[in-house]
Amino acid sequence: MKPALQRRLPLIVTAAVLAVLYVAAGLNYDHFFSLGVAADLFTDNAALGIAATGMTLVIFSGGIDLSVGAVVGFTSILVATLVEKKGVPPVLAAALALGVGTVLGAGMGALIHYFRQPAFLITLAGMFLMRGSAYWISTDPTGLSHPALTKLTLWDWPLGETAALKLSAVVLLAVLVAGGVIGHFTRFGRNLLALGGSEQSALLMGLPVASTRIGVYALNGFFASLAGLALMLNSGSGNPRDGIGLELDAIASVVIGGTLLTGGRGNILGTLLGLLIFGVIQSAIRFDGRLDPAWTRIIIGALLLGFILLQRLLGRLGRRA
Amino acid sequence: MIDSRLQRFLRSPVVWPLAGLALLLVVNLIHNPDFLKIGVLEGHLFGAPVDIFNQGARTFVVALGMTLVIATGGVDLSVGSVMAVAGATAGLCITSGHTSLPLVLAATLGAGALAGLLNGILVAYAGVQPIVATLILMVSGRGIAQFVAHGDVLLIKHPGFEYLGKGFLLGLPFAAILAGLLYLVAQAALRRTAAGLFIEAVGDNPVASRFAGLATARMKCLAYLLCGLCAALAGAMDAANIGAADPYRSGENMELDAIFAVVVGGTALNGGRFTLAGTFAGVLLLQTLSPTLVFLGVPPPVASVPKAILILVVCVLQSDRAGRWLRGLLPKKEVA
Repeated sequence: MKPALQRRLPLIVTAAVLAVLYVAAGLNYDHFFSLGVAADLFTDNAALGIAATGMTLVIFSGGIDLSVGAVVGFTSILVATLVEKKGVPPVLAAALALGVGTVLGAGMGALIHYFRQPAFLITLAGMFLMRGSAYWISTDPTGLSHPALTKLTLWDWPLGETAALKLSAVVLLAVLVAGGVIGHFTRFGRNLLALGGSEQSALLMGLPVASTRIGVYALNGFFASLAGLALMLNSGSGNPRDGIGLELDAIASVVIGGTLLTGGRGNILGTLLGLLIFGVIQSAIRFDGRLDPAWTRIIIGALLLGFILLQRLLGRLGRRA
Repeated sequence: MIDSRLQRFLRSPVVWPLAGLALLLVVNLIHNPDFLKIGVLEGHLFGAPVDIFNQGARTFVVALGMTLVIATGGVDLSVGSVMAVAGATAGLCITSGHTSLPLVLAATLGAGALAGLLNGILVAYAGVQPIVATLILMVSGRGIAQFVAHGDVLLIKHPGFEYLGKGFLLGLPFAAILAGLLYLVAQAALRRTAAGLFIEAVGDNPVASRFAGLATARMKCLAYLLCGLCAALAGAMDAANIGAADPYRSGENMELDAIFAVVVGGTALNGGRFTLAGTFAGVLLLQTLSPTLVFLGVPPPVASVPKAILILVVCVLQSDRAGRWLRGLLPKKEVA
């Protein structure tokens, strides 16, 4: 197999799986092939997609962040409480939440880097810290009634007569583009991939390992908070339970998208495809109405297993070649 | 002389959780002088310490399996989901009329063994990183549990099975006795034979142990298999305790609690060294922490904040960098 083809094979397989799923769902369910359904794929999975973009960059560097789901819940309830109960202007509340997410990410990155601790453990602790803090603010959801926020919730970008992109979907697209540029066209992105490929080599090449690692966790914290804002606007309320298990779905999207979990190789485009696979399965199950929603998790688990084994297989072929 | 003793004291892994436990007990005793009082009600012992042992039994059983996995240099994130699957399996058996206790237990433990085997094969033979391999079951396990239970919470009415979670033997909670027996068996099987050493060798340096003639992959696979079995037993105990198999909530956050107990107990997270006594002390610390936080007015959903902070502090203290700082402090003290 040609190396170039072999490198792109996971992405090609992902695209093929997406196409097969989409066509199969479209042939089975009436009205599945419509612009409205396609636009909803982006709107419904906006928070997941934003978080998955940040997660892709973290995984580029060979790390992992399990705290993103909890940061989403924390952001959602923090902003809703500040705006609705304390009368803080929405812009200020959102800026504060984004700041908290970024600082938390940077802190976790620093612990991981300077104390040589496993990323999953530090971010698992971060996850419990933020989920607990979210419940600390309030254990009950808070509805949004501030005029500016309701306006943002209702805002959409019409794509035709029956389809429209909500604000969260527009943010998702912007984040995907930003993530693609950061990951593939900047020095920071190349440093990330170098760090994920081999930390030792990155260090010996004189790359700024510490600032790259701390930077990517900070960036991911920022994206996680942004995902929290998107989810809050989508649901029209702040809920400390928002985003439970989101980190797992985000990791699944990244892996299904062909990004190597050991770091050093990957693609933001793949993450978008992984996200859409997720969305198509969910919409198909919703369209069907008879299938148990539990199937989403089982199918995602099976896909995850398949793609991880494919990665291992390609890795072995690559070494032999 | 004093220096070396102090250093040995600092290095002994079980000391830290025991010191934490002592601190918690003091806080509780100040708050409530009757904290350690044990009464007798209808022939059963009751009181806060009995509750701690009873509630801690499940966490300990999971943490026991987790200790072995972590000792091989891995981790198992799927234990919570495996508990849910095991509970749902037991619930399905009982509600569908297969009520013979050995059969129910065999099906439950079999589900756990299967899950552990899948994790083990992925990690040991396919070479997938442990976090990722076990993530698969963590994600899909809850789905499988919901599928097995048909998306419902299955009520379990089976005196024999329920004994596992709320029975009393000689006045003591059966769950605690079961966990204690498991501890003794594990301690004997791992420390009286070379098995424990093998596990540590695999975790310390898999390449060297393979060259030394150890079946490294088989050892790793075995650790995950045992972890799956332990999680399934804990799932059965959980379902028996509440009298229902809850595919949504059973084993929730159990992975953190188990990792917490293992890490606080002094088992090295990168493998190569484990202590079951430390894990035992870690579980006691964790279980005493929960009622203490309630006494101190921290609502249960927020309890994960202090737990997370504690785990971060322990991680930092265990790291080489902090170790260097501490060692740097000791001689200075002597000079002064």
